[in-house]
Formats: sequence, structure tokens, C-alpha cells
Amino acid sequence: MSTTLLRTIQPNQFSLLATALFRRRTGNFSVRCCGSQTTTTHEAKQPSQSRVAPKNHRSNKLDEILKDYEAVIGIETHVQLSTLTKAFCSCPNNYGSYPNTSICPVCMGLPGALPVLNSKVVEFGVRLGLALNCDLSLKSKFDRKQYFYPDLPKGYQISQFDIPIASGGYVDLDIPLEFGGGHRRFGITRVHMEEDAGKLLHSDTGDYSQVDLNRAGVPLLEIVSEPDMRSGIEAAEYACEMQRIVRYLGVGNGNMQEGSLRCDVNISIRPIGQAEFGTKVEIKNLNAFSAISRAIDYEISRQALLYNQGQADQIVTETRLWEEGAQKSVTMRKKEGLADYRYFPEPDLPEVILTQEYVDGIRASLPELPEAKRRRYKAMGLGMQDVLFLANDVSVAEYFDAVIGKGAEVKSVANWIMSDIAAYLKNEKLSINDIKLTPQELAELIAAIKDGTISGKIGKEILFELLAKGGTVKGMIKAKDLVQITDPAEIEKMVIKVVSENPKQLEQYRSGKTKLQGYFAGQVMKMSKGKANPGLLNKILLEKLNA
Amino acid sequence: MLSTLQPPRSLSLRRFQTSKLIVSSASSSVTSPPQSQILTTRRSLLSGETTVSEIAKSYLSRIRLTEPQLKCFLHVSENVLKDAQEIDQRIAKGEELGPLAGVIIGVKDNICTQGMPSTAASRILEHYRPPFDATVIKKIKDLGGIVVGKTNMDEFGMGSTTEASAFQVTVNPWDLTRVPGGSSGGSAAAVAARQCMVSLGSDTGGSVRQPASFCGVVGLKPTYGRVSRFGLMAYASSLDVIGCFGSTVADAGMLLHAVSGYDRFDSTSSKQDVPEFQSQFLSVDHFESKPLKGVKVGIIRETLEDGVDSGVRSATQEAASHLEALGCILTEVSLPSFSLGLPAYYVIASSESSSNLSRYDGVRYGNQVMAEELNKLYECSRGEGFGGEVKMRILMGTYALSAGYYDAYYKRAQQVRTLIQKDFKAALEQNDILISPAAPSAAYKIGEKKDDPLAMYAGDIMTVNVNLAGLPAMVLPCGLVEGGPSGLPVGLQMIGAAFDEAKLLKVGHIFEQTLKGSSFVPPLLANIA
Repeated sequence: MSTTLLRTIQPNQFSLLATALFRRRTGNFSVRCCGSQTTTTHEAKQPSQSRVAPKNHRSNKLDEILKDYEAVIGIETHVQLSTLTKAFCSCPNNYGSYPNTSICPVCMGLPGALPVLNSKVVEFGVRLGLALNCDLSLKSKFDRKQYFYPDLPKGYQISQFDIPIASGGYVDLDIPLEFGGGHRRFGITRVHMEEDAGKLLHSDTGDYSQVDLNRAGVPLLEIVSEPDMRSGIEAAEYACEMQRIVRYLGVGNGNMQEGSLRCDVNISIRPIGQAEFGTKVEIKNLNAFSAISRAIDYEISRQALLYNQGQADQIVTETRLWEEGAQKSVTMRKKEGLADYRYFPEPDLPEVILTQEYVDGIRASLPELPEAKRRRYKAMGLGMQDVLFLANDVSVAEYFDAVIGKGAEVKSVANWIMSDIAAYLKNEKLSINDIKLTPQELAELIAAIKDGTISGKIGKEILFELLAKGGTVKGMIKAKDLVQITDPAEIEKMVIKVVSENPKQLEQYRSGKTKLQGYFAGQVMKMSKGKANPGLLNKILLEKLNA
Repeated sequence: MLSTLQPPRSLSLRRFQTSKLIVSSASSSVTSPPQSQILTTRRSLLSGETTVSEIAKSYLSRIRLTEPQLKCFLHVSENVLKDAQEIDQRIAKGEELGPLAGVIIGVKDNICTQGMPSTAASRILEHYRPPFDATVIKKIKDLGGIVVGKTNMDEFGMGSTTEASAFQVTVNPWDLTRVPGGSSGGSAAAVAARQCMVSLGSDTGGSVRQPASFCGVVGLKPTYGRVSRFGLMAYASSLDVIGCFGSTVADAGMLLHAVSGYDRFDSTSSKQDVPEFQSQFLSVDHFESKPLKGVKVGIIRETLEDGVDSGVRSATQEAASHLEALGCILTEVSLPSFSLGLPAYYVIASSESSSNLSRYDGVRYGNQVMAEELNKLYECSRGEGFGGEVKMRILMGTYALSAGYYDAYYKRAQQVRTLIQKDFKAALEQNDILISPAAPSAAYKIGEKKDDPLAMYAGDIMTVNVNLAGLPAMVLPCGLVEGGPSGLPVGLQMIGAAFDEAKLLKVGHIFEQTLKGSSFVPPLLANIA
């Protein structure tokens, strides 16, 4: 790959560089940036749903082969942290800035510049470590991981090698019912702090490349899982759970399209019953949960077929790139032995010492995490599908909790959120944080229906107005005169009137066309402007029709 | 376990030739003790006797006269007179004088100076002008000091002679056929030749102290962490410190005071208070009869064994006697781990340098050779940009950090480092300061050790242990040995406890002000004057 790059990576003349550093404040500096290269996705909205699509159908023959093998899958997840500044300098940590506008001597690796650790990175590391049930290292350190690449300004990445900030944890999750359901626990080997590299922008013609260092020095937490997963679905659900946890904790936005959450998958297969692992293949460029699932299934099939055809020797240690368009992976590079990164302790940074009080303080400030929420919702009597829906998005869960906090009945709140409100959000492309309906008013609305003040039908009608414009349920009922008619005498009056005005239909009804009851009910409801209590209406109507 | 770190035979100290100590007769006419140039300048500015502009002009003309022979500077600032005039205007307006007002300062070329070339004497940074000042430079400028130029050095600090500069060879003002020492040879020679009043160097394994010894000036290496490294181009980060040169202890001490202190841009800088050093610099008239009464001085036995030039040994012993005469209690101490320091130092320093120099890849700045593919770009840019000594150390360091060798080299060297720290700690619990020669010999001939790196490395044996232990040390001239037109200076190294620079300065100042018989002004100056 490298042979095609960098034909003309240009150095910046020193005089130019010096001025550039000043000029960048006015925003018109770029290191030979090619405009057409920078059209990265700028989606402002995070996808609020992190669910996996059901897997493709496979041929029976392949299924037959796959039955004999077991996949062993581990995942390395890189989480970009949403700190205000970078990990080792005070440059703003902005995604999507114009190339090379968020850089300084430290993150450019200029001679004489030194890193200074952003304490937020440690705090976020501790938060995530605790959330993943890890043991924390009260004394950890940074190391240098050394390799040459143009997007790595210092020629080494500041990372943590033998003493990560957190290790030995686990994560619990529930597999959705459509994928077979079930509870799983996957081991977490370690969580460590490190810095991101910059980005290479390749020219359309492929004859030169340019370096954008805005991302260089952005803080990352790398989460390494145990090789505990056995299918694409499990791996994708693991990644979903990482995204949920990151968002629940507020340590990052977890956006896969922007590369704020990146998963590299390691996978091998072995005949069922065999103890030793097969040859491990790494898959990169997985930008969606569905890609993780499909890429793994593809790889399992590829390896199983090779085994089956007696070509197991063709499974080699390599890094493969998932091609979303073609729905297949291709060889990116074959590794000859292990890369030697010549790790050694970073002499420019002191050890990271945590006190127990500091850790306890962070532990006390942790929010309720997805797994705890799911268990709580389950205990409330909700079905697993509802539980997964509600706990999936931290904002939805918080909204749900707020509504039931106002005393509303759990199942109705779940139904309202999952049906009408979810549909509204989907149509309007909004998130739950955008709606004007406060949790208090949703509770009022549910209560008003329950106590019969308004009908369910009216409730649905005013819901959409409340979602879009806000306001109070009481105010709206009053202004629109929507209170349900529950006085039998009043309803009886309307029924008598409708029956007497439709003698022809009455005759037909009484001669056996009982379906016409609906017609009468509709007429009465119309007359009441939808306010008549439906139960009462039907009861009285039947009495009159059958009189 | 540690036997592999015994210095190989070729590193033996026996290679140094011997020379005789010059008995003081040659310079016996000199009587008055050396005067601080910083204090003298301040007095004459305050009294209106002279102006900063006049001072600056005289130094510039001195540089013009001497530089063609000495080649101490890689760059002389174009702004010296402008800077001087600005300070004069401030004086005229009655503004308070900063403690370094009008002080003409040379700066080693591996310390970043904004807009002024800073190359670490390497082709790979030829014409590089940093967009920021090192913290020490900012401090100097804030206090009224004037950076006169950038001094020559061994490329990236790797060398002991300044011959490893990519651009020029600096000569020793005492004998133009000899090296000034290194790697801060330009800074040491410039102070010796009075091209500047004081200068900054950097000391990773002796790069301030050994050239101070060779050039007959005071060289002060502070405790690791005392001075910010922000803006110092890293050689070996865990060993590098910025140090100070002066023609007197007081000058080196006052410059150190100016640049010391915690810096939030250097996480390894210390929050220890910086005490007022100036009160240590009493005038000689105020000395008591035994001004160093009760000060416990340990002379390190291992530094006076075979392999040390006999003249150097005699000078050190005479210096010890002088300290005794001043009231010090002298004892001999042993540092059993002493001989392990040199190989441990070269493993650690090379390892760190192999990493620190990775950033010079030709992509963002510095020498770039256009190439058809990436690896070629790296190969050619670095291959042409780095000199032989630098390449050798990068290779050694890369090897030592490689999988399968790390434990045998880097890790073991760190274990040795711990041993050395322990030995020093024990010795400094028994003694206020430790003394030793600064180098096994006086300045040697240019080219003499160029093709024998091991012999050159062996010359660092007196100094590297101090860096491994992170301690402060000062070298000050204590005698002359035969060689050159009028003898060659020899330095005494004083080593103190961590952050106890004040004690070194006190002892050093009294030693210097009471040392009879030798003047440490190089003969070259007489010809020009």
C-alpha cells in the first residue's frame, strides 16, 4: 500500500511553517490539502439506534459445513474521547475541522516539544474501566509504541504497554430475541489510554498524499476483549454494548461513521472439539455494527470452506479489509511474524498515580449502566423486547425513567414511547431530546386516559401536538373542550337521536344486519365530537338497538 | 547478573596519555580573584558608566575577531543591537533592570529560539527556525538577557569533542589544535574566549561539564527536573538537562537561577522551590578564615584509579587539599557501581535517542529527499540528514530495544541505574558533596579520537553516573596541565544531593575565589587584547 503513496509529500519550508502556525488562527492554512479529498461525512446526528440487522440466509450446504466448526472472536475497540482538548496538548479536539487547523508544536512533533497529560483522559479511563468491571492500576505508566508512518508525527505513539490503567473485567449483555435471545458475559482483557494518529488524504490520481494532523493526539481508550465471542451477532452485540456504555458514561460520542468508535476484529475457527486455536485473521474497516456481523460471518464461511476443501494451509495470519460495497473482505497485508514496536517507558511523562479516594469518587458518580437498567426494567415486568428498546439509547432510557418517576404506569409508558413517540421521531428524524413533550406531561396524558378524562383516541391526537409544540395536557383539554362524556344520560340522549334519525338502518339491523352497530357507534361518536366514552356508548347503543 | 555490563577492555581508562601538572609559576603574577561578569555589567549599567548597546557592540566585535579561528557559533543573531537598544531605552525611562539586563548569552543550537536557526548541528534540521522559544529562552528574554547566537555542538549532543557537528569544527581557545570538548563545545569555548558572558548548554552524560573542564570555565549541570526541557531537542529524555556556563561560579549560578523552576509544559520539571543563590556569592573580603569549616567532602576513589591522566589526578588531589585548607573534612568514598555506569549510560541514552530522533522523518519539516515511495523517502531523508555518530547511536538503541534484547540491555541498564542511584545516595548521606576529576584528561588533539569512538566514550566515565542518578554537579577549573602554548585547564567536578545546587555554588564560589596561582583566561585572548 505504501508504495503508491507519498510520491510528493512535500515538506513545508521552515519559513512557511513558522508563518503557518500563526496564520492558522485566521483559518486559512492547510498543508497542501486537496479539497476534493476532504469530503468526509458530516452527519450531525448520531444514529439513535444501535441495532443489528438480521443475518442473511445461507445455503443449506454451507450450514451443513459450518456445523462442524466453532469460531473464536476477540475485538479491539478504539473509543475517541470527547475531551475539550487533545490528550497531550491544549489543541481543541474538534471533529471535522479544516485540515491542519487544530495543531500545535506538540501534536506536530516539532523538535523540543513535550507532552503534558490531559487529566480528563485519566478520568475517562477510570470511568470506562469501572463500567467494564475492571481492576484499576493505581500506578500505571505510558510507553512509546514505535513505528514509522507519515500520519504519526513523532515516529511513536504514546500508549500503555505492560501496565494498562484497567484490566480483567467483563461486560454483560442480552442478545435480541430476533437473534435467538439469551444473556451473555464477555471478558474484557484490558483498557488502556493512548493517542490517535493523523489522517492521510490521498489524491484522486493516487500519485501523492497529504497529511492532516488534526486528529493526531486526540485521546483514545482501547478496549481489548477476551476471545469469548462465537458468532457475528455476538460480536456485533458486544460492539453495540460498548457504544451504549460509552454514551451512557458520556466519555465519547461513539459515532462509528466519524470513526469515534472503531472495531478491529480478530477471528479464527477450529473444528468443534479441538482445543487449540486456529490461525487468527484480523478484519479492519468495520464502520457499522451490521458490517461487523456480516464481515465475521463471511470470514467464518471463508475459513470453513477452506478447511472443508482441505486447504486449511491457505488460512494465514493477515489483516483483511472489509469492503462494504462488495460485502466481502480482501487481504490488506500479510504479517511476517509479529511486528516489533520496541515499546519502552515514555520518559517525558511521569507515572499515573491514582488514589483510592479519586477512584471511589468516580465510582460514586457513575450513572446507572445499560446492564443495570435492563435488569431493572426486566424486574418491572417489561418484556425483553421492550427492555432492549428502552435501554438501548441513554436518552430514551432517561426519558422513560422520568415519566415513570411521575407515577405513570410502566407498561403504558413503554407502549407510548415505543409506538407513537418512536414513530414520530422516525418520521421527523428527531431524537427524543428534541421533543417538546415533557416527561411530566406524558405522565399526565396517560393519567388522563386512565381516569377517563379523555379517550385514548383523543389522547393520540393531542400527543402529536404536544410533541411538536409542547404545552400541558390539562391546558389542551380545556382549550379544546376535550373532556370525555361519561354521563350515561347524555350519551343516551345522543344514541336516541341517532337511532331515531336512521330508521332505515335500524330496520336493517333488526332484520339481522348487526354489523350496522358500527355505523351507529360512528354516528354517535361524530355527534359527541369524539368525546363519548366508547364503552358506555356501545353499551347504551346495544340496549337501544335491541330494545 | 550484571557481569555483561562490565566495560569491555577497549573502554579501559588506560588509553589516556599522561601529562604533568603545571606548578603555578607560569601564572603566578595573577592575584585578584575572578569577577562575575553579570554583576559587573549590572553595576556599570546602574551607574550609567556604559550602555547595553556599547556592551553588545564590544562583544560583537570580539566575535568578529575571534570567530574565524574558533568557530564557536553556528549563527550570530542579527538582532543583538536592536535588543540592546530596547533595553537601553527601558533603562532611560527609569524602568527596573531585569537580573539579566544587558547580559550577552550564547545558546547551544539544540535549544529552540523562535525565528532563529536551531539545528542541533544536524543537516536534517538545516535552516530550521522554530515557531516558539524554549522555556529557558523565554525566561532569559523576560529578564533582559540578550541571545547573541547559537553555539556549535556535536550533532544532537552525541559526542564529546564537537567534531560531530555537521557544519564546522570548533577549536579550543587554549590551543587551537585541540578540541573544546563536547557536546556543548561551542558554548564552553565561547565563554572561555569571552565571546559571550555566559551560555547555555545541555548535559546528557557530561556535555556541559567535560567541555567546561577542557576550556577552563565553570559548567553547572543542575538536578534533573530543575530546569524545563521544553524546547530542548531531546537526545535522551530521562538524562537531558539544560546547564549553564560562566567564567565564574557566580555567573553560572545566576544564569541557573534565571532559567530554573517548574514549567507546566514539561511534566518532568520539578515543583521544588528555587532558592536565592546570590547570597552564596560573598565577596572574598567577607570570608572567614575557614569559610568551609565542617563541610564534608568525599573524594570518589574510583575516579582516581589507573587510567586517569597523572596531571589530572594531581590537580584533583591539590584541589582536595585546598578544600581541606578552607576547613572541609575530606574523606575517601567508594562507589562500587561506578564502573557499571558507562555501559548502562550508553544503552539508555542510545535507546531513548533512537526513539527521540524518529520524528526527523522528512515529512513535516527538515531535510526531505523526494522519493518514489515511502520507505525510500525515509531512508534517503534520514540517511543524508544524519551524521555517522547519530546513525550509530540510533542503530545501537534500536537494537537494544528490540524484542528479545530488551531484557538483556535496556532493562538491565535500568537496574544498573538504580544501583548507581543507591550508591550515590549512600555516599551523599555521609558527605555534603562528592568530588572527582571532570574528565580523565585535559583537552586532546582534534582528530585524535575521531576514529575510535570507544576511546571517546570512555572519556565520559567521570560524568555519566551523575546523569544516571539525576544529581546536580558543577565543574570548575582547578589547575593547569602541560600542553598547548600556556598549559591546558583541568576541571574539578563537585557533585551534590538532589536540588542542592546552592551548596555546590557556595563551596564552588569560595574555592574559586581563594584558589591562588592560576588564571583561567586562555592565551588567545592576550593576542587579541
